[in-house]
Amino acid sequence: MRKLLILGAGTAGTIAANKLRRLLARDDWEITIVEQRGAHYYQPAFLFIPFGRYRPKRARRKATRYLPAGVTRVKGEVDRVDPDARTVSLLNGDEISYDFLIIATGTSPYPAETPGMADDWLGAVHSFYTYDDAVALREAIARFDGGRVVVHITEMPIKCPVAPLEFALLADDHFRRRGIRDKVSITFVTPLDGAFTKPIASATFGSLLEDRGISVEPDFMIESVDPRGHRIVSYDEREVPYDLLVTIPLNRGAAFVGRSGLGDELDFVTVDKGSLRHTRYDSIFAIGDAANVPTSKAGAVAHFEMDLFPEQFVRMVAGQEPTETFDGHATCFIESGAGKAMLIDFNYETEPLPGLFPYPVMGPLPLLKESRLNHLGKLAFEWVYWWMLLPGRPIPLPAHMSMKGKKAPH
Amino acid sequence: MSTTSVMGREVHVDGEGFLTEFDEWDEALGAELASQIGIEMTDEHWSLIRFLRADYAEMGQTATTRRVATVGGVPVKRQFELFPKKPGKKMAYIAGLPKPAGCV
Repeated sequence: MRKLLILGAGTAGTIAANKLRRLLARDDWEITIVEQRGAHYYQPAFLFIPFGRYRPKRARRKATRYLPAGVTRVKGEVDRVDPDARTVSLLNGDEISYDFLIIATGTSPYPAETPGMADDWLGAVHSFYTYDDAVALREAIARFDGGRVVVHITEMPIKCPVAPLEFALLADDHFRRRGIRDKVSITFVTPLDGAFTKPIASATFGSLLEDRGISVEPDFMIESVDPRGHRIVSYDEREVPYDLLVTIPLNRGAAFVGRSGLGDELDFVTVDKGSLRHTRYDSIFAIGDAANVPTSKAGAVAHFEMDLFPEQFVRMVAGQEPTETFDGHATCFIESGAGKAMLIDFNYETEPLPGLFPYPVMGPLPLLKESRLNHLGKLAFEWVYWWMLLPGRPIPLPAHMSMKGKKAPH
Repeated sequence: MSTTSVMGREVHVDGEGFLTEFDEWDEALGAELASQIGIEMTDEHWSLIRFLRADYAEMGQTATTRRVATVGGVPVKRQFELFPKKPGKKMAYIAGLPKPAGCV
């Protein structure tokens, strides 16, 4: 009997458990999953909760409900992996042995890593990257009746890199609807040199922000938050004052990854970007946000990874070479306010381009352009997530990015 | 992908002038790239550039300012003093490496 151990029951871990349980014979393979949180969150909702447009409780479900039969569930927090002994110890002292390990413990925000940021947390400093933070921000925004809103990214990479941009656009929409937009200034502060990392999308998003009267402060590497003076300060001594700071704190992988010597300087697991196998340990893999692959940290990436990875995992553990490798494919809906959204599609090599998705001519979804249909697509995705994506049912989208229907720059 | 001439040598660069071929770089070229962006190179500057080159050869990605701080041991504040305003980009430019990804 061989033992597969999966750490984490978020998007990537849950899909992997469902797909691998079907692929690996029950007589040969025992699968165990360590579930750390108890709840499974529909994280795209975190963007809407602060604006009172989504009932928080709807975003939270019991994690074990989405795990298949035939997988042993362990509730606990990981303390350490011993890659030589092939064991994982939990904080409660239990030890689990494995033949193969899949790390899917994601990324989390760490406000205490930026001096001053945690000192006024949930005072004038807020975020929306956890369920609790999104709920707290809803109260703060409901109370806010004018002043300077600063939407801020601490450092890349972050989970869902378009979410801060969407937040700024939805904030504009929200304050317009309340009739107080003229009393609110919105500033988007980013360590990047524009609104997004990739040039064509960055130009599109940049003009969108300009149209909405949202100013951009680029190349801002934060050194500290001044919680009394209500301003953020950069390493090159620029200052941006705020009345409400909505920050995306430093994102790191799980601390046990660093303690176990398996990760990079941000505790993301170092893997080969095509096979998702650890750079030094053949028995270890990392999927979803936990891996240090150079693409977005996002549910869509976890989904495309899981279209390829399970079959390739079966090959690799049988000692064969993978026949297909992951290309970094990511697709994101971007809520832009007023019931519209944009859509982008890209991978390791190709930046987001305009065109139609997923089919040329027919689309029906326009890329890099605001449309009502994209917004409806984003809303419909919630059902797909719970009922098709997590259980690992086939979704008719290609795992690899396609250039069909796209307009490449000349 | 286009080429440009630096010190009479043809090198491959991207749209923003970052070298795209690891092996087309040497320290003489690095010194020229530094002077183009107004950086006067000292031993301390060079030690960072050498760290970036070695780290790239091992990791396949350009080190971020955070990585230069935690792995290379030079605090971010000091990097800003040595390579004002945009240390991540300036170091990569001089070292002949791709712009640090900020990876989407």
